Amino acid sequence: MATIAEPLAKRRSAHPAVRFLGRLFREKPLGAIGGVVFLAFLFVGVFADLLAPYGANHINPINRLKPPSWAFPFGTDNLGRDILSRCIYGAQLSVIIGFCAAGLATLISVVIGIVTGYLGGKVDLITQRFVDAWQSFPVLIVLIVAVSVVGPGMPQIIVTLGLLLGIAGSRIIRSAVVSVRENMYVHAAQSIGASTPRILVRHILPNVLPPIIVLFTTRVGVVIVTESALSFLGLGVPPPAPTWGGMLSGSGRAFMFHGPWLALAPGLCLTIVVYATNMFGDALRDLFDPRMRGSR
Amino acid sequence: MQAYIARRLLALMPTLFLASLIVFVTVRLVPGSVIDLMLAQNDISADKYSREQLVATLGLDKPMWEQYGGWIGGILLHADFGRSLWHNTPVGELLAARLPVTFELGLMALVVALTVAIPIGTYSAMRQDTAGDYIGRSFSILMLAVPSFWMGTMVMVFPSIWWGWSPEVKFVTFRESPLQNLSQMILPAIILGTSLSAVTMRLTRTMMLEVLRQDYIRTAWAKGLTEKLVVSRHALRNALIPVVTLVGLQAELLIGGAVIMEQIFVIPGMGLLLLDAVNQRDYPVITGVFLIVGVVVMVINLLVDLSYGLLDPKVRYR
Repeated sequence: MATIAEPLAKRRSAHPAVRFLGRLFREKPLGAIGGVVFLAFLFVGVFADLLAPYGANHINPINRLKPPSWAFPFGTDNLGRDILSRCIYGAQLSVIIGFCAAGLATLISVVIGIVTGYLGGKVDLITQRFVDAWQSFPVLIVLIVAVSVVGPGMPQIIVTLGLLLGIAGSRIIRSAVVSVRENMYVHAAQSIGASTPRILVRHILPNVLPPIIVLFTTRVGVVIVTESALSFLGLGVPPPAPTWGGMLSGSGRAFMFHGPWLALAPGLCLTIVVYATNMFGDALRDLFDPRMRGSR
Repeated sequence: MQAYIARRLLALMPTLFLASLIVFVTVRLVPGSVIDLMLAQNDISADKYSREQLVATLGLDKPMWEQYGGWIGGILLHADFGRSLWHNTPVGELLAARLPVTFELGLMALVVALTVAIPIGTYSAMRQDTAGDYIGRSFSILMLAVPSFWMGTMVMVFPSIWWGWSPEVKFVTFRESPLQNLSQMILPAIILGTSLSAVTMRLTRTMMLEVLRQDYIRTAWAKGLTEKLVVSRHALRNALIPVVTLVGLQAELLIGGAVIMEQIFVIPGMGLLLLDAVNQRDYPVITGVFLIVGVVVMVINLLVDLSYGLLDPKVRYR
């Protein structure tokens, strides 16, 4: 008997995270697949050095512009570099930039959103005006201008993207905070004399965690696609870094007419990762926020 | 109505002021290195100007508030954005030449986006959970993920390999030859438009689904109206109001996307002007483009807000 009761008991006391994963796979299979692809992408990025058959900038003049084969599954480029290896190292760069910039952006959004949303009043009004002005500029244009000032390079891209998306995203956190602020437990905390920082961290923050997680996930996709657009324009991480966007532009572009596989692999990687991130983010939002459900 | 417009324009002022301040300060954030970069990179300006002259030309020797005052005053009083450091032409002239091209591209892309998104979104809602609905929705989610610069690259590469066809590189203005100009613009407009249509399509479908369940739609059906009339006269008009807001929000994506399309298809619009200016570190041009783009986005959003009145009789401006 005990053998039967044991798994049942285990199931009942399953960790909330495990239960959440179960719901994800049952209710949002496409989002779950997106999540799996997202994890696979993370795995490839972290272990790029072990997975890539060749170095990212391993130049091999004998194998210039080779079409896809067993030795080079995605073919080689005009310098004889293996495109599969470059795509794998590209995933590494995307993971680093995506997670760092999205993390920074989320952090900035949370700080601005929580403080202005909770305090309200003049601070809120002035900050919102500033966010308004900031938002009236296209992200890509601001980035191009910013890069023209700070110069291209990975740290610059991460900081500018993080700052830019962070300010824009503060709206989402702010509106979540405004609706949480009026809850009874917040008033209770205020009435027993809890300090503002304590209320913000102990009472507001845990309750706006779902939108924060969703914001972070969707931001990773946005960052990856924006960074590749910048690299494509020659303003991202400078060559020979194997960014997906950079692989589609620059010196390789002239050779695409002789080797169309040059144009395929990096774009495909980008599309799959962004698609997976979007599906995963959508699924998380639907599960976390029941009000959004139905507006598929 | 006039009072509303006046108030909105007045409310734009602080935003514009802040925006111009952001542009101004951003570009001057690292003035020393800007000069160094210019001296190192632009052989022409290195020949023409000494370091002090360069500083004086950029006006960097004056205090910050005076620089800003002079710059913003020139723009406001006689549309003077300064001169390009590279070709010494007035920035205002460059902007006036390039703005219509980008505007045309953006407008065509918007038309493409709406003609793709609204019919498919409406159809998806009318035939919810049918094969057509799924195909339409899958297509829209896929279009969201395909980066437009990849699409543009493939459009350049594959037709050329398969059929020996490639888009014209020499740009012809609309005035010179409307037909040739349109045939040049249509490909980038389609790529940009389809990538934007995904979100619009999803919103159209969601709004239509909501509206089609309203009482007045049931009444319209009960009156014996045809499906065509119910959808076009009663449902669509109400469902489209949030869609119009979205179009306003997409203005910035449209302009950002135009930069990439102009780069791929070599269309001499604002985007190409900006990219060239960034590569040459031509700061007066960069600030000029930046400011104009910001103003355009703000004006588009104002127009969007005003258009509610035409679409929704319930909206009254006070």
